[in-house]
Amino acid sequence: MRHLLSTADLDPAAAVRVLDTAEHMAATQEREQKKLPALRGRAVVNLFYEDSTRTRVSFEAAAKRLSADVITFAAKGSSVSKGESLKDTAATLQALGADAVVVRHPAAGAAYRLATCGWVTGPVVNAGDGQHEHPTQALVDAFSLRRRLCPGARDLAGTHVVIVGDVLHSRVARSDVWLLSTLGARVTLVAPPTLVPLGAGSWPCAVSFDLDEVLPDADAVMLLRVQSERMTGQFFPTAREYTRRYGLDARRLRALKDHAAVLHPGPMNRGLEISAEAADGPRSLVLDQVSNGVAVRMAVLFLLLTGNEGG
Amino acid sequence: MNARPWLIRGARVLGGPVQSVLLRDGLVAALGQAAERDAAGAHARVLDAGGLLALPGLVDLHTHLREPGREDAETVETGSRAAAAGGFAAVHAMANTSPVADSAGVVEQVWRLGRDAGWTDVRPVGAVTVGLAGERLAEIGAMADSPARVRVFSDDGHCVADPLVMRRALEYVRAVDGVVAQHAQEPRLTVGAQMNEGSVSADLGLPGWPSVAEEAIVARDVLLAAHVRSRVHVCHVSTAGSVEIVRLAKRRGLPVTAEVTPHHLLLTDDEVRSYDPVFKVNPPLRRPEDVAALRRGVADGTIDVIATDHAPHPREDKECEWAAAAMGMTGLETALGVVQAALVDSGFLTWAEVAERMSRAPAVIGRLDDPALGAHRHTGRLAAGEPGHVTVHDPGAAWTPSPGSMQTMGTNTPFAGRLLPGRAVATFLRGEPTALDGVPVDDAPGAPSAGGGRR
Repeated sequence: MRHLLSTADLDPAAAVRVLDTAEHMAATQEREQKKLPALRGRAVVNLFYEDSTRTRVSFEAAAKRLSADVITFAAKGSSVSKGESLKDTAATLQALGADAVVVRHPAAGAAYRLATCGWVTGPVVNAGDGQHEHPTQALVDAFSLRRRLCPGARDLAGTHVVIVGDVLHSRVARSDVWLLSTLGARVTLVAPPTLVPLGAGSWPCAVSFDLDEVLPDADAVMLLRVQSERMTGQFFPTAREYTRRYGLDARRLRALKDHAAVLHPGPMNRGLEISAEAADGPRSLVLDQVSNGVAVRMAVLFLLLTGNEGG
Repeated sequence: MNARPWLIRGARVLGGPVQSVLLRDGLVAALGQAAERDAAGAHARVLDAGGLLALPGLVDLHTHLREPGREDAETVETGSRAAAAGGFAAVHAMANTSPVADSAGVVEQVWRLGRDAGWTDVRPVGAVTVGLAGERLAEIGAMADSPARVRVFSDDGHCVADPLVMRRALEYVRAVDGVVAQHAQEPRLTVGAQMNEGSVSADLGLPGWPSVAEEAIVARDVLLAAHVRSRVHVCHVSTAGSVEIVRLAKRRGLPVTAEVTPHHLLLTDDEVRSYDPVFKVNPPLRRPEDVAALRRGVADGTIDVIATDHAPHPREDKECEWAAAAMGMTGLETALGVVQAALVDSGFLTWAEVAERMSRAPAVIGRLDDPALGAHRHTGRLAAGEPGHVTVHDPGAAWTPSPGSMQTMGTNTPFAGRLLPGRAVATFLRGEPTALDGVPVDDAPGAPSAGGGRR
């Protein structure tokens, strides 16, 4: 693994390796002394062109727990807001001696460009690029699912994961589809037809427009956030209709299998795509997703910065 | 004119039998034995064209020269040098300059810049609507009557989306024997569009530009043109559905012509997986099945014209993330090589048909064959008595384009590093070479220049 740009680049062995490494990292976080010396003297730059407190804090914590120096470069407070190009910013980071760059950017492909144009030499971690991918979030989801549904197992073989909501605009959904299917899960996307990409037919998953039909067969349900701008884009008539057809309300919660888990990458719209009963109940993995985030990102940084010696 | 004639010796004329071509007094004076005979007595200069092809001077119906306004991207001088190097004896300069070419003043300026540069006949295209805004008709009559004699009108870059404005434009250009060249893109269906909508856009998370947004406008416009008995030209057709609509329209005898770009004949949306903005273009690169349909459309005559849509950009407008990058590709210097690769070597088109699509048809659509143009007439024919515009192409000179070694200021060629099977090696305009050995002739007799134009 040279960079982490897309979960489509991970084969089953590589994906399992990240999850297993994350388990080790998680174990160290149970200790009183949480800090590991692994990346001492290395500089990790968090380059954030979008507001994302959760992801940024999670990456910062991960790098610090590995003893790396963390430089956070928030676009809003930097020269980027004066119109500096991605290329020039990258050159600056390179000159500052960044050993790895974690990038969040509103444009799809920004992380890919950063990694492939020779603008930086170290590994690049995609922390979300437009509506393309968010691979570490998918790794967090897979990690949380493996712990809950398949304790002790290598992967997610035999499970059925249902992802509900705005797939069209969701970088999390894309990363999840690739990764969860690579790990052996069966994936079904459920959304109004307006929010499924036209080309999704070629993806390794099923597509349904009927949540009630799919739910009884699910081992896990992941709800995607409905962005407020979708309300005005004619993707569905009203928020109430969306909730009626695609919201995980108390009634639908009861239709789930006993062991089925509920996930949400956050931030949640309670009462829209997810009810309080679902978010706060015993099935919910929402807080696990947050707490596992640090261990998974530690694993990613550790593997990228130390795991390439063998080529 | 007293200049010594030129003899293009032993070329395969239109890809047919080997003949010599004699150019004298701005015209094709003779072919074959007569050319050799007449050349002998006239101290003709000789271009040895053994193994090469002679085609009528190419005419591009769709070029962006960027001047006035974006001289950092291209100028009439550099763009028309690129045209000469690529085999073009005439180019139609699109109207989306700054200021927009929507008045007699601007089209006349572009026309004069072209005359002064002298590398190729620059034919300004006039805007259909004021400022390309799609609301009020530009002064089409004034542009037509100006010295630039504009006959092609286009808001290219923008669609004339309002059906009533389009109807009026189609009706109005009849008075000047003009044509509306439509950039077919339904604006509401393409808000924020970044690439072809399909399986690749789904993977990449880039907002899609659906083929129906082109096809809906093409269908509407062929019906409108038939209704008002005007002619309409469809710019850069990119989808299989558009080809089918144009084919049906022609079968019904409707007055429509269509063009396709070289890049849409060779490249697919799979290139976008690199997120390299050099592949960002409007209309976007499409699916392999669209490329196949476009090739068949050119072969069966549904698509009349191959036009470059040469769209140079400064490097910084492409050295960035995809969404921020400008749309467009350079094309003048690669067109003939790409056409050979996509259509000739694969058996879709003969060289005579290439001449039809890249010279004769665009010349007729742009009314460059009007005798009133005198020495600046283009007929797209290579025969005795025709204007002395000739393109010499070497179908065996495989080459690899690289942005640094081109005449255009634009570095945004999508064919960089890609082997093309052949290239234009010489271009003659009114009997004099504007390019030899694939590069512009800076010291052509009668057109001396040092660093400046061929005045």
